[in-house]
Amino acid sequence: MSKQTWVDLAYLVAATCFILALKGLSSPKSARNGNLIGAAGATIAVITVLVSADLKHLPLILAAIAVGSAAAVPAARRVPMTAMPQLVALFNGVGGGAAAIVAFLELKSTGGGFPLVASLFTVVVGSISFSGSVVTFLKLQELITTRPVVIPGHPVLFGGSLLGALVLAVVAFAKGGAVDAATYSAIGMAVLALAAGVLFVLPVGGADVPIVISLLNAFTGITVAASGYVLDNVLLLIAGTLVGASGTILTRLMAKAMGRPITSTLFGALRGGSTAGSTTAGADRPVRSASPDDVAILLAYSRKVIIVPGYGLAVAQAQHTVRELADLLAARDVEVLYGIHPVAGRMPGHMNVLLAEANVPYEQLKEMDEVNPQFATTDVVLVIGANDVVNPAARQPGTPISGMPILDVDQAQNVIFLKRSMRPGFAGIDNELLYQPNTSLLFGDAKDSLTKVVSALKNL
Amino acid sequence: MNGGMGLLTVFVLAVFVGFEVVSKVSTTLHTPLMSGANAIHGVILVGSILVTGEATGAVEVTLGLAAVVLATVNMVGGFVVTDRMLEMFKGKKR
Repeated sequence: MSKQTWVDLAYLVAATCFILALKGLSSPKSARNGNLIGAAGATIAVITVLVSADLKHLPLILAAIAVGSAAAVPAARRVPMTAMPQLVALFNGVGGGAAAIVAFLELKSTGGGFPLVASLFTVVVGSISFSGSVVTFLKLQELITTRPVVIPGHPVLFGGSLLGALVLAVVAFAKGGAVDAATYSAIGMAVLALAAGVLFVLPVGGADVPIVISLLNAFTGITVAASGYVLDNVLLLIAGTLVGASGTILTRLMAKAMGRPITSTLFGALRGGSTAGSTTAGADRPVRSASPDDVAILLAYSRKVIIVPGYGLAVAQAQHTVRELADLLAARDVEVLYGIHPVAGRMPGHMNVLLAEANVPYEQLKEMDEVNPQFATTDVVLVIGANDVVNPAARQPGTPISGMPILDVDQAQNVIFLKRSMRPGFAGIDNELLYQPNTSLLFGDAKDSLTKVVSALKNL
Repeated sequence: MNGGMGLLTVFVLAVFVGFEVVSKVSTTLHTPLMSGANAIHGVILVGSILVTGEATGAVEVTLGLAAVVLATVNMVGGFVVTDRMLEMFKGKKR
């Protein structure tokens, strides 16, 4: 067989590995092996290209790979599980950046036509993905505010930067890619695309950032697929397309779980106020607050308890304390389940990862559809740092969260909210559930409160 | 040269495979899935290496090497972090 045949075969093996990796990730049992298969596929692909292609600057390339690995491995090993979303966002961004650079360097060798269009497309979308992911990272790391940021003239600037990038892309295309004028146009285009990426993510509020991560992930996938087309490399095409498809599905699932179309998530703040909501003066209405001892007693003598964890649990790093509480209850023959809303946490499924880190058996983690019928037969629901996902206002029209599927917590016998304050949730609307006679509130940091409940429970 | 039509065929088939494979994933695994998919697009490293291997002049080589570093971070970091997440899901069966 010719050398090219061997190379194509190796790429085919790698592509198959990627498909198996995604397939493996569909079940907790096969997921880890799936990921290892994916890593093996990637290794095969890199070795193949290093061995088969006639490369200049090989020592420099190997050094660059060493540098990248040396930077990535410690970061990936050490990051706490709560900080996972921003790391994933960052890794996604650098991938988009790499794709943009690759396409930029290929501009002059495309010889015009559709490949040139594809590389210009890759430079633009890759740049958006890069700068957008960096802003996402900064938001999640709380280096900049997690509130939606709208600068004066935001829609005009955003539209203008996209339009400008498009115009320069047309100019670069008309010049045919191979001349200096085309290169300069492409540089201008990339700069505008970077600006567009920043402007794209800034107006998105903290709770909607997971959707953006997912969407940018799809973007990077598509750029990798496009650069595969430019480089005439089937492996890049397949891998990029798979990621683009999976990112698209996840984005749609997330948007559905939030109960609003993806456009309102992304551009809601620009239109003015759909994510800001109106805050009603909830502080004046009477609520029942409970002491940790009250909560411990109520829990200890229940038959069935459902824990609803939210963003506040992640912030307080309370997942291990929750587990401790659940274990104590289990020892008293109380049935404990976790009701996980699809958008709990900072990226889809984030809550599951956090609870898995605390060694909560994943069989106890129930998805919304599975847990909702069970609330009616539940003695106590413990809502920890969640608000909007249990707010019955979602069932009525005319609120910012209307139509969002929620956990039917209000059907349970007793509801206990662990909250830091009476502040409404991210959507900015009051939660009727807080004022119901069978609801008690335990104020304070989720971890502190839980620790107190745990020690009260031990002393019973 | 596979030709545009060949690549288009592969693309369309890959879209269907992607949708098919991913659509059944439970929300429990959405975060690892996103992270794993993220690692997979790190395969742009192959493209970065190819482009750098053809680069001439200091600017092109520098840009190419930057792409190699970025793509390596994406790929290696992505797989390592996904493995760490999935490690926690193993063997919790009773």
